[in-house]
Amino acid sequence: MFATKRLSKELIKMQEHVPPGITIVKCDNLEEWQMDIKILDDNPLYLNQTYRLKFTFSNKYPIEPPEVQFIQCPASTGTPRTIPMHPHIYSNGIICLDLLGSAGWSPVQTVESVCMSLQSMLTANNRNERPAGDQEFIATNRRRIRDINFVYEDDNV
Amino acid sequence: MDSDDEFMSDVSSQDDFLGTQGSDDESLGEDFDDLDAGFSDDKDLIKHKKKPYEVEYKVLDPHDIDHEQLGQVNEVCAILGLPPESVAILLRYERWNKEKLIESYMEQPEETLEKAGLGSNFEGTAKTEIVPGFMCDICCEDGDDLETYAMRCGHRYCVDCYRHYLGQKIKEEGEASRIKCPGVGCNRIVDSKSLDLLVTKDLQGRYRELLTRTYVDDKENLKWCPAPNCQYAIDCGVKNRDLRRIVPTVRCVCKHEFCFGCSLSDHQPAPCTLVKMWLQKCEDDSETANWISANTKECTKCNSTIEKNGGCNHMTCRKCKYEFCWMCMGLWSEHGTSWYNCNRYEEKSGADARSAQAKSRSSLERYLHYYNRYANHEQSAKLDKDLYLKTEKKMTSLQSQSGLSWIEVQFLDTASHALQQCRQTLKWTYAFAFYLARNNLTEIFEDNQKDLEMAVESLSEMFEKPVAELAGLKVDILDKTAYCNKRRVILLSDTAENLKNGEWSFNIEW
Repeated sequence: MFATKRLSKELIKMQEHVPPGITIVKCDNLEEWQMDIKILDDNPLYLNQTYRLKFTFSNKYPIEPPEVQFIQCPASTGTPRTIPMHPHIYSNGIICLDLLGSAGWSPVQTVESVCMSLQSMLTANNRNERPAGDQEFIATNRRRIRDINFVYEDDNV
Repeated sequence: MDSDDEFMSDVSSQDDFLGTQGSDDESLGEDFDDLDAGFSDDKDLIKHKKKPYEVEYKVLDPHDIDHEQLGQVNEVCAILGLPPESVAILLRYERWNKEKLIESYMEQPEETLEKAGLGSNFEGTAKTEIVPGFMCDICCEDGDDLETYAMRCGHRYCVDCYRHYLGQKIKEEGEASRIKCPGVGCNRIVDSKSLDLLVTKDLQGRYRELLTRTYVDDKENLKWCPAPNCQYAIDCGVKNRDLRRIVPTVRCVCKHEFCFGCSLSDHQPAPCTLVKMWLQKCEDDSETANWISANTKECTKCNSTIEKNGGCNHMTCRKCKYEFCWMCMGLWSEHGTSWYNCNRYEEKSGADARSAQAKSRSSLERYLHYYNRYANHEQSAKLDKDLYLKTEKKMTSLQSQSGLSWIEVQFLDTASHALQQCRQTLKWTYAFAFYLARNNLTEIFEDNQKDLEMAVESLSEMFEKPVAELAGLKVDILDKTAYCNKRRVILLSDTAENLKNGEWSFNIEW
């Protein structure tokens, strides 16, 4: 299928080379991948931290964007992971970023390019805060990520 | 005042068309031609004058809408000398404001094109190509026989991926006018020529449909008929700012009558804003709160709501056991010997509470007065609708019983229609009256309302008579129907005239 072929090719390419700060954690099937990302500059908010991303692909990928969110891992797993602080990242890991919505997504984007975009989104941030209405959102949201209509109010972050 | 003048001049310049709205659809076609040709005096004389509450409009079918779009594209093509598919993108970007587009293109052609999602290069024709050594960035396929396509931005993808991409946008996302090139950060808009080259016939159809939809949504003078499955749109010159002075009811070819301003069902004579406020008021619980404040008091100690349902003034709160006097709300023990006969009437705190209560009581009564009448007509209109369905049955049985022919029993159909229309109008007169402040005109209004009310009720009564009697009542029913319609015209004309001239005063700001 469309998605399978494309993902296999992405995988082959990434196994040859991945940009600095990006590691493949799990890619044993073509529906869900996990990636670790590190922030490479000395931004104190994210210093010496590694964050885990979960990618979920539909069979329409890459025409349709993948669902991407940060996930938490307890310390007992040996690789403790937290949700990075960012005014566009909810504390349950859901990311509000236009390029992950259908209007901002381009099928030319890849898992690698999404990771890099998120790296730079974190690098550029200096606000140690959650989005407005975070508690309410994580308490009430039951929708799938792709069904959430984010309003991208702020193009600067 | 500017807006009114402008509106009025619009009305008078197209007067010849207006005459037909009251009558029927059959002559619409020729009237449109008249409109285009400008106005002719002798036609004016033949047709009856437009009533004050009627507005001019025309009904467009999908073909007309396409035709209109095409006409504008061609017109601008001729001026700017650009290909039609690009002009369409420019026009959509400027929301079909031709003058603004031409002006901005003349001043800054490149910037205008760029902003709309076009480049300044119009060379070459749209065609698919096979490019040796090509690899598609979407599916990562390569192959020497891979068909590819790129718009003038040069971002090239295989035809298969392009097709998938366009299908997703059109079918899943309902997007048409602003489909961008699949490339990251490329703002180039996919034009209709490229689209036709790449996708199947049914998707092309859907694409055109979506474009037509955005065209109507973009134009202030166009609105879809809100009736289910209706494919017509209405073209009407009434602007949003005119809605304080006019209630633009239009009638679609599908027979649905609605307000061009807010797309709700016909709500003459009440203006859109008042209708919205009224519906909101009826829907929310503000009147429940009003009832509570009119009929209950709160325990001064624990704030529990208490309704006094009999007995003496010595109240003991069930919850906190606080004892007080219902009349003055003061502590019961302070009443001393004047038990059961509160004499503390003059006290200020008590007076405030009492006047607030009286106020909310009378405002509740006022609301209920209008609401009950409003709701009654709404209910009766529903019942009339059921009756209308039975009318046809009645007509058939009337034919067999009385020997009247089909054409002769049409009076029942006419009566039923008049009944519904009048009730609809009456219903909204009560919502309108609720917001009306008294002045010299309200009396005339209430008289008109009463006359129509009485006419409707007596027609309604006749209408419900057993089938056997109906034939004998034919002349009466015909007379009453005509009378109802006349009363309705009088009422609507009067309210519309006063609304237009700003003669009404209202008890609220809107």
